[in-house]
Order: sequence, then structure tokens, then C-alpha cells
Amino acid sequence: MANLLTVSGSPHVHGDQTVRRIMWGVVIALIPAMLVSFWYFGIGALLLTAVAVFTCLVVEFLIQKFLLKEPPSINDGSAVITGILLALNVPSNLPVWMIIVGAVVAIGVAKMTFGGLGKNPFNPALVGRVFMLISFPVDMTSWPTPLVNRTVLVDAITGPTSLGIVKEGLAKGDSMSDIMTQVPSYAEMLLGNMGGSLGEVSAIALILGGLFMLVRRIITWHIPLTYIGTVFLFTGALYLIDPTHYIDPVFHLLAGGLMLGAIFMATDMVTSPMTKSGMVVFGIGCGLLTVLIRVWGAYPEGVSFAILIMNALVPLINKGFKPKKFGEVVKNG
Amino acid sequence: MKTFKIGGVHPEENKISAGAAIKSLALPKTVVIPLSQSLGAPSVPVVNKGDKVLTGQLIAQGNSFISSNIHSPVSGTVSKIDDMMDASGYRRKAIIIDAEGDEWVDTIDRSPEIKPEMALSREEIIARIKNAGIVGLGGATFPTHVKLMVPAGKKAECLIINAVECEPYLTSDHRIMLEKGEEVMIGIKILMKALAVDKAYVGIENNKPDAVAHLSKLAEKHKGIEVAALKVKYPQGGEKQLIKALINREVPSGKLPIEVGCVVQNVGTAFAVYEAVQKNKPLIERVVTVTGKAVTNPSNFMVRIGTPVSALLEEAGGMPGNTGKIINGGPMMGKAVNSTEIPVVKGMSGLVLMPGNEARRMTVSNCIRCAKCVSACPMGLAPYLIAQTSEIGKEEMAEDLRVLDCIECGSCSFTCPSGRPLLENIRMAKTKVGQIIRSRAK
Repeated sequence: MANLLTVSGSPHVHGDQTVRRIMWGVVIALIPAMLVSFWYFGIGALLLTAVAVFTCLVVEFLIQKFLLKEPPSINDGSAVITGILLALNVPSNLPVWMIIVGAVVAIGVAKMTFGGLGKNPFNPALVGRVFMLISFPVDMTSWPTPLVNRTVLVDAITGPTSLGIVKEGLAKGDSMSDIMTQVPSYAEMLLGNMGGSLGEVSAIALILGGLFMLVRRIITWHIPLTYIGTVFLFTGALYLIDPTHYIDPVFHLLAGGLMLGAIFMATDMVTSPMTKSGMVVFGIGCGLLTVLIRVWGAYPEGVSFAILIMNALVPLINKGFKPKKFGEVVKNG
Repeated sequence: MKTFKIGGVHPEENKISAGAAIKSLALPKTVVIPLSQSLGAPSVPVVNKGDKVLTGQLIAQGNSFISSNIHSPVSGTVSKIDDMMDASGYRRKAIIIDAEGDEWVDTIDRSPEIKPEMALSREEIIARIKNAGIVGLGGATFPTHVKLMVPAGKKAECLIINAVECEPYLTSDHRIMLEKGEEVMIGIKILMKALAVDKAYVGIENNKPDAVAHLSKLAEKHKGIEVAALKVKYPQGGEKQLIKALINREVPSGKLPIEVGCVVQNVGTAFAVYEAVQKNKPLIERVVTVTGKAVTNPSNFMVRIGTPVSALLEEAGGMPGNTGKIINGGPMMGKAVNSTEIPVVKGMSGLVLMPGNEARRMTVSNCIRCAKCVSACPMGLAPYLIAQTSEIGKEEMAEDLRVLDCIECGSCSFTCPSGRPLLENIRMAKTKVGQIIRSRAK
């Protein structure tokens, strides 16, 4: 017989999902948000994104090649995602060397230390961001005003984020109506015309990316919807109790990193639960923690910390929320 | 439209041979009849080297509770009883017969007329099925008569006919329904009588609308037979999934369908039952699909058991030059074979020829914990975890993860974006857990 036949176990066909397809799909989903950030923050945003992605790729390549001594797999797209997410999590006038540090921490510490893609317990981009936030608190929280000057790298005109305005205002004892005059309108917030990190700006662009991932079956609705829903219900309840002290829930949805976090970071498959019920618990947990930190914590924004804390609970959630087994409940109908 | 609830995947259907009418294959010069053609104990030969046999004559007997009779598919001389390579890739005992013409045992009714009247009693029906060596033709090859003997204390409420053919590529059941619909209906009636039930459900996936329409029309004349179109989803042909889809009952973990009052039979088996009971014809031939993207004439052949696979391939236009893998069965659950000189057996529903580039497996990368295997598993298991137990050599942990519930449908491996050999690892864990449980019983 001329041909040598391959003999292997079933199944002999494979679906169209591959790691590369999934990861590059996420990159595509991030494009609208990136474009919006380039539009509002100009060349600074572009530079930071490029540097973050490049650093992530280089660090992953070097560690795989020289430390782990395994064939580098940087073309799988996962390091590109980390780089983009990291950039979307910083203000556009952050000194470039700082984001390099962040990228080294994200890939080198949060991802490769654990063995690379699939083995990291925490979302690498969030670890990188929180590392930068704690190490460089001033630079990480001076937010340039969008659309002022797209062509300069470091913008002198900075201002607080919407969440920061609220937190400071309340701390000073300002009335809610006064505070509301200082924050951008909801239409501006939807489009992204407000101060903040590169990716904290346009809810519409982020939702667009989320829908793309849903259609491509990269994510399911469970985490984003329960996360955003919990924030809405929790802050809504607070608003109903005391509208002079708590800002309305729509503001909470549109301000800060909630959309970015709920759609792109909490849904990171590596660091989220394995079952649908577990994902719901995870989403609710993220939502509760986010509101707790935003309303009563020291930081104006709590998305990063909330997701990281829930990341730590994922093994426990996986233990507690198993898939629904066939034949467990006997139904005769 | 009905389907099962948990898990499932959608492999490309590729039913390229669906339009090819069943064609009888010329008689082979030599047939090789393996003695292990059903689940359970191998059959025991009742002929010796040099004996003359007729077509349809008993040549090996099933002597244990779970075993089946085997009949000569040709007339001729037994040339030897020897170890021969079969589809498993191992050499196992087989009867080899040199064909000389095609002279049938005279008690077999070879007339083309359809015989609808049922004269036999329940016991007589089961005896005929047993004598004729009928086994489940969907691929599992469980002796059919054993399934019809409902254990004491259990009661059959309905018969489920598996006409799903959820495996990609395969079309033999589809063609049987279109071309032998009337016989299938009578076969179902016979099975209903044997089980003393008055209700039968025929589950057909909706990618075969012509078969749904044809059988629905025929069913108008047969009281108690309900034909149901099912939403296409793999593995709907798994009996637990099929029962769930059709009548919304869940067979409990570790139990058989009879636990929820069901007996499941394949539609091809129903046809074989018709022939055995009404025509006194033993199971000596079956329909085999020969197909593949590069195959010149994708076909459905009516072929005698024992015919070498190479003869089928030749009739379908020869083996394409780029063939890298030959699958006995469908691409989801079928077994890759290592030779074309193996014989057709009762459980062979099709041969799928895959080009070399599709035969290779993906490069394996890290599990990215995407949970797609968890969503795909029709039994609600956590495939990634079970597979991990055998990767780290702690298969005993797989028992609590209910590895024995695994039906080996392959949906997990199919869906894994990292190309991980989940099912292989799960099978190893399953074997090990089976051993552990057996040793505990001692």
C-alpha cells in the first residue's frame, strides 16, 4: 500500500476554534476602543499602546526562549491583548518608561512566572496596572483632558476623572447638584469625551467590541451582564435611599473603567470560572466589590481591585459551582 | 424543534453521499468473518475447515448471554479458521470462506415482496432475532435480542428508534429510511410487539427532511409510531441524549434506558429485524457508506459481511492519492484503521477517507481555561478536569468527577481551541477507574 495511514483516537475532526483565533478575535474587538482613544488623546495614546504591545511581546519572547526554553508562542495574540489592555488602563501622558515597567510586570511577573498563557491566576494587564498605580500614583492619576492637543506627548492640561470629581466633591461636602454640573453629560460619557484612561472613555466602542466577542463566541453574556447589572442595581438602591449623597446608577455604568473591566478584563477566560453558574457568581462579586470601593473605599475607582480579588476566588468558585450533570435529577415527564 | 438540553457541538455535516442510492456490491471471492462481531463473548465456530456452507447457514454460535450468532454471507468452502487482522488492528480469530456461487439456505424468503402481516408471538420474534444474529447496527453492536428481554422488575413503556445519524459524513441510515421505509416500519412494529409496547418514537435530525417526510407519511398507516424531526446537534444519536430530546426523560447516571421505560434501537437494526422475522434472513449483509471529500463516487453499498474493505474502496472510485486516514465509522466516534485488507463487519456503518492534511492533529498548547469543553459536554462533566487527572497520574480522582458517565462522544476534544487530547486522557482515566471499581468488588 502506497499511503501510510494515520491511526489516532477519535474524534477525527476539529471545530474552528483555536487559541489564535480567540486571541486575535479579542484584539479585533479592542480596535474600536483603541481608535476612540487615539481620536481623543492623539499621538500620546498611540505611542503608549505601541510601546506596551511591543514590550509585552519582547518580554514574553525572551522568557520563553531563554528562561523556560520552550518554543516562543508570541504569535498566539495573548501578549498583544495584554499590551493593549495595559495601555487602555493608563492616562495618555504617562511617561513611556512607566508603561514599560508595567508591561514587564504584567507579562514577566503575572503571566510567565506561572508558566505562561492559561496558567496565570490573575489578569496580567490588571496586575501591571495596579503595580503602576501603587508605584507611580501621581502620574497614574493625572488625566489629560481629551481633544485639547492631539499632537503633543505630555499634556499640561489635566483634570480629574468623573468618578474623581464625585469622590472629591462628596469629601468636600459639596451638594450633589453642584457636583453634577461638573461631570460630563451622559451623551459625552457614552461617546467618550471625558477625562480618564485611554480605554475608560467610550462606552459605545467597548460595547461594540463586546458584541463582536459574543457573536464570535469568545465570551458569553454571563460575566459582563451580571457585573454591570450588579453595579447598576447596587448603586441604584443607594441612589434611591439617598439621592443627595449617592450619584445615580447610569453615571456609575458610564464612568470609569466599568465597561472596559466588565467586557474585556473580567471575561478573560484564563482567570474566570469554568461554569455558567460560577461566572454569574463571579460577575456579581466583581460588581459588589467595585461599588464598595467606589463608594466607600479610598480610591475613586475599584474595577481593577474588584476583578483581581475575584480572580483570587476563582478556584474556590470552581469547586463550589460544578456543571449541571446529566442524569442527576431524574425527571419523568 | 426538539433537541437535548446540555452541551453538544455542531461539526460540519459533509453528508456528500446522501444522494447515492444503495448499490449492491459484487460478491467477493473470499470472505473473512471475525468471530467477535458484537459486544460480549466471541462466537464459537460450528463449522470446520473444508466444510461446504450455504449462504445464510449458521457458522458460529453465540453461547453466552451476551453474544450473537454468525452466518455465512456466501456459499462455498471453509478454507481455514485462523487469526486475521480486523478493524481493531489486532489479529483475532476469524472464519475464512472461499466463495463458490451464491446458493442460499432454502428456508430464507428471497422474494422482493414486502410482508407486513405479523404471525409470530413475542417469544418467537425474539428467538428469530437471536437466531439471525441481529446486533445493534448503529455501531455499538449490542446483541438485539438481549435488549428486547426486559429485566425482571423493569417495564418497557416505549420503543425509541434512533434514526438521528448525527455523525458527519455517514448516510447509510438515511438511505435505508428512503429506500426501505416500509420494511423499517414493519420492523418497528415487530420490535414494539416484542417489547409489548404500543408507542414508538422515531427520532430523525432535521438535516434529512426527505426521510422525515417519507417516514411521517408511512407512519400514518402504523398506529403508535410517531416520527419526530430533531434540531441538528451532535451527539443526538447518543441514546441518553436521544431519549431526553424525544420524551424529555433523563436516564440516571450509570443506568440503562430501561430505567426510564425506554428501549433504543437503531433504524438499520429495525430493517434487519424485519428481514430476520418476516423473511427468515440472518444478518449477512448491511449498508456501508464509503465517502470522503476526495472520493470519486461517494456511495452507499449493500455489502456482504466479510467483504474486504479494499473492494468497497475500489467500487467507490479507488482510494484518493492524498488519503491520510481511513475511519471505520464517523469522524467523531469512529476508529482509524491501519489497513484496507480488513473485512466488513456487522458494526461497520461507513468508511470515511480523510485527506492527509486533515488527518493530522493540531499542535497541542496550554489549556486556556476557556470552558468550551464544559459547555460542550452532553453529560455535564468537566472534561478539562478529568483529562487532567490522567495527565498527572491521579486517575482515581476521576471517579468523583463521574468519568464513567462519559459517552466518549468527543465533543470536548472537538471544541478545544488548544487542540488538547481531552478524550484520549479521559478514556485512560475511565479504564483506570473501571479497574479500581472492579478490584473493589472482589
